[in-house]
Amino acid sequence: MSTLEIRDLHVSIETDQGTKEILRGVNLTINSGETHAIMGPNGSGKSTLAYTIAGHPRYTVDSGSITLDGADVLEMSIDERARAGLFLAMQYPVEIPGVTVSNFLRTAKTALDGEAPALRSWIKDLRGSMEALRMDSSFAERNVNEGFSGGEKKRHEIVQLELLKPSIAVLDETDSGLDVDALKIVSEGVNRVKENTGLGVLLITHYTRILRYITPDFVHVFVDGRVAEEGGPELAERLENEGYDRYLTGSTVG
Amino acid sequence: MSSAPAAHAPTTETQQHPHGPGSPVPVQTRNERFASAAHDDFPPVTGRELEWKLTPVEKIRDLIDGELDGSAFPAAVSSAPGVTAEWVGLDDPRVGSAGLAEERAAANAWSSAQQALAVTLTSEEAVAVTIDRTGADRAPRAAHTVITAAPNARGTVVIDNRGSARLSENVEIVAGAGSELTVVSVQEWDAESVHLSSQFARVDKDARLTHVVVSLGGAIVRVNPSVHLAGAGADGQLLGLYFADAGQHLEQRVYVHHIAPHTISRVTYKGALNGAGARTVWVGDVLIGRDATGTDSYEQNRNLVLSDGTRADSIPNLEIETGDIAGAGHASATGRFDDEQLFYLRSRGIDEQEARRLVVLGFLLEVVQKIGAPELEQRLIAAIETELDAVAVV
Ligand SMILES: Nc1ncnc2c1ncn2[C@@H]1O[C@H](COP(=O)(O)OP(=O)(O)OP(=O)(O)O)[C@@H](O)[C@H]1O
Ligand SMILES: [Mg+2]
Repeated sequence: MSTLEIRDLHVSIETDQGTKEILRGVNLTINSGETHAIMGPNGSGKSTLAYTIAGHPRYTVDSGSITLDGADVLEMSIDERARAGLFLAMQYPVEIPGVTVSNFLRTAKTALDGEAPALRSWIKDLRGSMEALRMDSSFAERNVNEGFSGGEKKRHEIVQLELLKPSIAVLDETDSGLDVDALKIVSEGVNRVKENTGLGVLLITHYTRILRYITPDFVHVFVDGRVAEEGGPELAERLENEGYDRYLTGSTVG
Repeated sequence: MSSAPAAHAPTTETQQHPHGPGSPVPVQTRNERFASAAHDDFPPVTGRELEWKLTPVEKIRDLIDGELDGSAFPAAVSSAPGVTAEWVGLDDPRVGSAGLAEERAAANAWSSAQQALAVTLTSEEAVAVTIDRTGADRAPRAAHTVITAAPNARGTVVIDNRGSARLSENVEIVAGAGSELTVVSVQEWDAESVHLSSQFARVDKDARLTHVVVSLGGAIVRVNPSVHLAGAGADGQLLGLYFADAGQHLEQRVYVHHIAPHTISRVTYKGALNGAGARTVWVGDVLIGRDATGTDSYEQNRNLVLSDGTRADSIPNLEIETGDIAGAGHASATGRFDDEQLFYLRSRGIDEQEARRLVVLGFLLEVVQKIGAPELEQRLIAAIETELDAVAVV
């Protein structure tokens, strides 16, 4: 049982025009087994929250806290966070020339476990996961994300999720760019991991479509760098119908 | 309150210059090169010339102008079906068949060498040949090698250089019509070695030459491939990778001359630099001649800087003498680590040092992967990994 707790988080970035505050007091608690959906307009800071949790150097935490089972996540390096059990499926996965998927995954697994995985079961797991996400086995020998289509990159993120077995995962628009079949395959993947490992999920999305496959326990409306409203799955339906107008009136945007 | 670690200041400069048919002709002019086998035909080297100004000429005067030991430079050639290897006089008809020396140090070697190592491939089944050179004493020496692929022959020749050397040499390469030849020159000399190698190739009709330069070891290593796409449909794939440590000078001047129509060239050189005084030079000259209509060329050089105190020169040149080309372009970039790549790897639990290792190795392996010779790939990966073990995390 793990708990990721975000308290009054303020985050800014340095731009050419000076410091820009993006997150303005975010509060969120995610427990193992729970699925939290975050929906919000473009530029409201959703990816910023995701990257800040993962420790991307571009973002400066000005105040507030992030803890995982009480341990101070903000004190951890990027890789320490992963080893503590955090995972980020990125909105734009990065291409790494010359590093094959199989080498990358094995290196990551070894780093997370502190020892190399037993070869036979590892190969079996890798094959199984790739097959389940309908990625041809030839992808294992291709360079990480290089020349992958948008949807292939997203499926590769979920293969990693399944193999690396984090306790809490942030999925940043994993559904964007997926065709209907892929959306279903990816959703099934996430649900399978949840079932097998009790994963807690923070799912960032613009669409209710994925929420029909991955049922959220909570929906948070993210506006202007903070959570503007919280509710159950019905809130997502309402957002789809009404948009974000009611949250934006009077507030500053962008 | 805490903040995430600061990002590396990005120092990447990228230039992209695609040239479509009819687009303006760019950059410096490179004409067809003067060539001769006689030392005196080339003017004395001052160190200010375009082709010498990035080279520490004062440290290699003896090779440019001095007397060179022209006896056979020790080499062991592995045997393979359809391959002959013999020492021949410089009057052998194969000598000079790919061209003549294009600068003074190469001409000095040409006129000094008393014997040439002639390796000839005739098999249409792909064969693999290794020319093992484990070095000699530190006296300045000359060498001459001619690698010939008969028409339709297929094979890979690896010139494997280790040990110590103070060598100026010419390597001639002839890819006969329809042949598929790969020539790999690996420089893993000891730390004091100096090596100047002019490697010039003639690629005949519909032949494909893959030429690879791998420079890892040596104090001063200057390998200059000069590829003449002489027959219609000739294809030149020029690959290179180098890793300069503190105090090393690794230079590669690539020249591709599209002579015949419908010729193709791809030049990909990648280098890493680490440690004070690590120095690399890459110059890529592509000349698309008057008759070379319908040609397609692209050259790129990328350098990854791993520490302060290094210098990488990267100079692409493209000259087009015909209005009718299928494509021509070049790119050059020198920069630090890609922070996004490091972030991605580290976000999967891989620690910083390992992530850097993977990124550098991957960066260089992109070239290794293109060679298409699995045993050699393993060997080169191991060699690069050894280089990387010396890289401190900064
Ligand atoms: N490097 C940067 N330079 C300038 N502004 C930035 C930078 N990175 C983020 N921002 C700004 O921060 C704000 C939040 O961006 P973020 O990517 O977190 O939004 P988002 O909610 O994920 O949007 P989307 O739904 O489009 O993915 C945006 O206004 C964005 O322009
Ligand atoms: Mg986003």
